[in-house]
Amino acid sequence: MKNNFLSFVKKESLHILRDVRTMMIVLLIPVVLMILFGFAISTEVNNLDVAVVAPNRTESVRQTVDRLSRNPYFTLIDYIDNNDIDKVLRSGKANVVVLFDEDYDKLLAQRSEGIDTKPAVQFIFDASNTNLAQTGAIYLQNAIATEHSQQEMLNMHLLYNPQMKSAYNFVPGIMGLIFILICAMMTSISIVREKEVGTMEVLLVSPVRPIKIILAKMIPYFVISCINLVTILLIARYLLYIPLDGVWGGVIVMSIVYLLLSLALGLFISTVSSSQVVALLVSAMVLLLPMMMLSGMLFPLENLPMILKPLPNIVPARWYIDAIRKLMIMGLPLSAVMKELIILVIMAFVLMGISLKNFKDKLE
Amino acid sequence: MSAIKVENISKSFGKTKALDGVSFEVARGELFGLIGPDGAGKSTLFRLLTTLLNPDFGRAEVDGFDIVKEYRDIRKRVGYMPGRFSLYQDLTVEENLNFFAALFGVKVEDTYDLVAPIYRQIEPFKTRKAGKLSGGMKQKLALSCALIHRPSVLFLDEPTTGVDAVSRSEFWDMLSDLKQKGITILVSTPYMDEASRCDRIALCNEGRILSINTPKDIVSGFNSHSQNSSPNPVPTTLYAISAENMYQLLLSSRKCKGVVECYPFGEMHHLVVDETFDIECFKKELTDMKGLRIEPINPTIEDMFIKLMKQ
Repeated sequence: MKNNFLSFVKKESLHILRDVRTMMIVLLIPVVLMILFGFAISTEVNNLDVAVVAPNRTESVRQTVDRLSRNPYFTLIDYIDNNDIDKVLRSGKANVVVLFDEDYDKLLAQRSEGIDTKPAVQFIFDASNTNLAQTGAIYLQNAIATEHSQQEMLNMHLLYNPQMKSAYNFVPGIMGLIFILICAMMTSISIVREKEVGTMEVLLVSPVRPIKIILAKMIPYFVISCINLVTILLIARYLLYIPLDGVWGGVIVMSIVYLLLSLALGLFISTVSSSQVVALLVSAMVLLLPMMMLSGMLFPLENLPMILKPLPNIVPARWYIDAIRKLMIMGLPLSAVMKELIILVIMAFVLMGISLKNFKDKLE
Repeated sequence: MSAIKVENISKSFGKTKALDGVSFEVARGELFGLIGPDGAGKSTLFRLLTTLLNPDFGRAEVDGFDIVKEYRDIRKRVGYMPGRFSLYQDLTVEENLNFFAALFGVKVEDTYDLVAPIYRQIEPFKTRKAGKLSGGMKQKLALSCALIHRPSVLFLDEPTTGVDAVSRSEFWDMLSDLKQKGITILVSTPYMDEASRCDRIALCNEGRILSINTPKDIVSGFNSHSQNSSPNPVPTTLYAISAENMYQLLLSSRKCKGVVECYPFGEMHHLVVDETFDIECFKKELTDMKGLRIEPINPTIEDMFIKLMKQ
């Protein structure tokens, strides 16, 4: 009987290999998404246009401005007049105006003597793009702060991702997305296709337990997902420079558990949908949307209204993405994500159990 | 022991009654045909007997096993060819055959003697994808796959639908050969002309069986006085009539004395008459019909079917 299990796997792999277009899409999606999110779609702030208002261009003011202009994150537009601030921001010529106080030198000196003074520098941001304004403010603050003595400003440290690289945020999210897509969507569609085409009838009228056929279906998709996992990790390490040293093991264990969970989810979808279109819609509506919204991939979960707060807990991707962030970005060992791992394992078992019970070996 | 035994089986889908108290038996090694139009409940009956569905009422046995309680045993020993082409279109002929062999845990070589006469005809195309085969070849492949595990009972749901006339005739020759090898075959078809190739046939319509008999006896029952189930049996004779204006002929002849029924049948109209019918009177009544021709003919199964449906 072991022999015929292998022929089922072979048959399933043939289906996938014969459909070259789908296979290419499945293998290329991760690469495209990684490159898109890693480079093109970036929430990092580069080339922030800075205009400067300095009524009194003393030596120290000039030095500070000079340093800003040499910083790759900022592009110095020009010195402008106090009255032009509004005009420059409105026209979009500058994203931010840095105002040096008339008594900049004097205020700095007083500060270093420990006298409480009014701020010496002011930033005026165009906050129509909140992301740009927020991140830019932090950059600018840091850049100017190094100039001044430490006690002058709030002391702020960004741990784990000090440059606030967006790739660090997106890579775990993309992993959570791709594995659900490939495992759950593709398996559910391939099972439902057999129902739709009518081959399921012939399969059922045979001595083989349907579960065996189903498991054989999952294996090729599992292999493809593993290939994708390797591609993603390689791109993350060598193209996006995410330091993965020492965390490979943890990421791989976590991902394999998540893959199995996604396969179980695919099987579950196939038991509730009667046609490929339904399976596709269920995958998209029930999996993708909540996953994007409720996994913390795009929006911070802290922002959810109170009543919706428990909702993300049932989204598997949320736990996976959380865990991968801890492993990949914070560089924690697997033991630090035990909670997430256990939750995902339980979810996988429950889903597998329900769908196996749900899977009928009759037509109705 | 009969190979298939169906006792008063009923099955509904929502409000639609697909099968309504159907009973029949098929002997071992018999080629039994279910003849009836689309929607007669043939496919539902196949799905019940292949254990894909459970009946609402009644019971049935296949090869001595109950279709509800012992369905796993049945699945080991029957071959099933569903109404739609149900093989993998993206796999080649050979891959399909090998897969179905694996599905039943057998080696292709072990059953080759049974499958060979059929498979040999499509073997030249064994590297072709199943989806690219012609209708006739698809059926041959599907039959090969259904036979791969030496089933004792073969269920063929409309195997000749969508197949050209030559391939259809070839297909029935194959079924006769399989019957010689002792395989019980239950086959359904909407084509009445294929019915004569069966040992016995059941005429079915709207979930009921109208009549079960050998094709010969079903036809001879047309003229008999003792037509089953009819309250007032009418001895009837059949004529084929034609004229230049076929439509007018249909309308006019229905009004003539002794005419029970007149319906279009291919190029002719078939005229069913009782004993009060007189052919000379009929000709006289329709003198204004140009080119009127009338001749007595032997009834076909289709005539019988139409007669039974009216009752």
